[in-house]
Amino acid sequence: MSWLGPEGWQAVTLSLKVSIWASLLTLPFGIFTAYALARWHFPGKQLVNGLVHLPLILPPVVTGYLLLLAFGTQGPLGSLLQPLGISFAFRWTGAALAAAIMGFPLMVRAIRLSIEAVDPKLEEAAATLGASPLWVFGTVTLPLILPGVIAGTILGFAKAMGEFGATITFVSNIPGQTQTLPSAIYAFLQVPGGESAALRLVLISVGVAMTALILSEILARRASKRLGGM
Amino acid sequence: MLSVALRQKLSEFSLEISFEAPPGVTVLFGGSGSGKTTVVNAVAGLNRPETGHVALNDRVLFDLDRGIWLPPHRRRIGYIFQEGRLFPHLTVQQNLLFGRWFAPKGAAREDLDRIVTMLGIAPLLSRQPGDLSGGEKQRVAIGRALLASPDLILADEPLAALDEARKEEILPYFERLRDEVKIPVLYVSHSAAEVARLATSVVVLQDGKVQRQGSAAEVLSDDRVMPTGVRAAGALLEARLKRHHPDGLSELEAGGLPLFLPQLRQNPGSLLRVRILAQDVILSRHKPEGLSALNILPGTVQHIRGGNGPGAMVSLKTDAGRVLARITQRSAKALELEEGIHCYAVVKSVAIARGDVSGKIHGDAGSKLGETP
Repeated sequence: MSWLGPEGWQAVTLSLKVSIWASLLTLPFGIFTAYALARWHFPGKQLVNGLVHLPLILPPVVTGYLLLLAFGTQGPLGSLLQPLGISFAFRWTGAALAAAIMGFPLMVRAIRLSIEAVDPKLEEAAATLGASPLWVFGTVTLPLILPGVIAGTILGFAKAMGEFGATITFVSNIPGQTQTLPSAIYAFLQVPGGESAALRLVLISVGVAMTALILSEILARRASKRLGGM
Repeated sequence: MLSVALRQKLSEFSLEISFEAPPGVTVLFGGSGSGKTTVVNAVAGLNRPETGHVALNDRVLFDLDRGIWLPPHRRRIGYIFQEGRLFPHLTVQQNLLFGRWFAPKGAAREDLDRIVTMLGIAPLLSRQPGDLSGGEKQRVAIGRALLASPDLILADEPLAALDEARKEEILPYFERLRDEVKIPVLYVSHSAAEVARLATSVVVLQDGKVQRQGSAAEVLSDDRVMPTGVRAAGALLEARLKRHHPDGLSELEAGGLPLFLPQLRQNPGSLLRVRILAQDVILSRHKPEGLSALNILPGTVQHIRGGNGPGAMVSLKTDAGRVLARITQRSAKALELEEGIHCYAVVKSVAIARGDVSGKIHGDAGSKLGETP
């Protein structure tokens, strides 16, 4: 802990908290969106598809600024949520929101690909056996896309860990509040003699990313082994 | 009793059919692209025709004129697909029990052990579908459909994806299904051999229309349904097994006429259906003597139909039932065959394969023999 210094340690724990919340809370939405895009035909599907992918192609600063406009205390959504006790501006929740939005397209993409790989004929078979659409999803589709869901979650998590531009624009860089790992690295590099502290954070960053990748590999392999080596 | 009526435009033609399926196995028979699968998928609720209605006993599955459309999961139908469609993430046992979770509480439950024994799949229960052979998969698929306590079984060419040996492996299970399970079965097939072995009644589809409907024996020996060029054309005779001879032959009796077949597995006294392919039948104007063939059936020519090729299909009425013979038009002319002429159908015993003989006959078929055991 002393090796990292209190500020560095704070940044690491905050980043983990932000990323775990961001990836887990977006997961149900991610699965729903991926399913809708993979299986349903509805008007405006291309628009939804474009909106989901927008954070991937917009400059992160622009995404951050748009979030600030929408979810800031004066923004339309921010002022709507304020009375419910939900506020994002300059808080860690804002960092989680930014990370979630930035990771969402990656998550949806991974899950959508795995849904498209599921043979709809299996779902038809489940329906003829008496399973309602919700049960078909729970007992056939979801187990079959589990490797994709795991991959999507880890991708979302990794993106959240690395998110910088949108976060710093939306919730700034307040140590202990909104200073995530990348923001902390950036801050250390701005002060003379901060390089060694920055380097330690970089090592942590690489370590977390590698762990996430290996973990997802193991989980996905275990899940697909359960599918009889599909 | 299942009653079906529907209309739907398909790419090549429009499907417009109505038929009723009595208890037992009703085979929807027709070439590929005749609309068979469209019919069963509509019955199952997997595709929606433009208009029509399907009722199972008193239960309306859909009636589009009245705006009724039950979703597939509320139809209580066991669907056996061509490709099995087992769930790859579940074990065989979990696959078998899948439908049971969703069956209504009051439904008559098929016993797992009984079905597993009937299908011979006990050793497979803990395996994953990925490790099964095609024939094993199909047996599990049959069991899965049965265990969902369905009111109707649909089977869409369940043997088409299998090779001949595997077909022989599965067909007996469908025979047992017909004889041991009291659920109506709608079975799609383009194979006359399957019709001959399984069908209680047959609905012949062609270009989206019902061309003919009747018992298996009636339809298979109807030369208007079976085109002359079709090698699979042949008549179905119902016969009782009399005895097994020590020289490896089994003696049967059909309408008072003896039939000799290579050794059968069934027990003497059992009622069998024997399929005699039209191409295995020779016709003779006089009672043949000094001939190696053992089966000689006297009869009268009902009609002769020539096709585009050199062949002709002769339909012969015998005491054993209607027999079809596929001969050349030249022979028909040389023998001066015409309606009402008396002649003899000659069939070599070894021409009748075991696969062309099937066990117990369902329903009223036995009464036609006019004999009780």
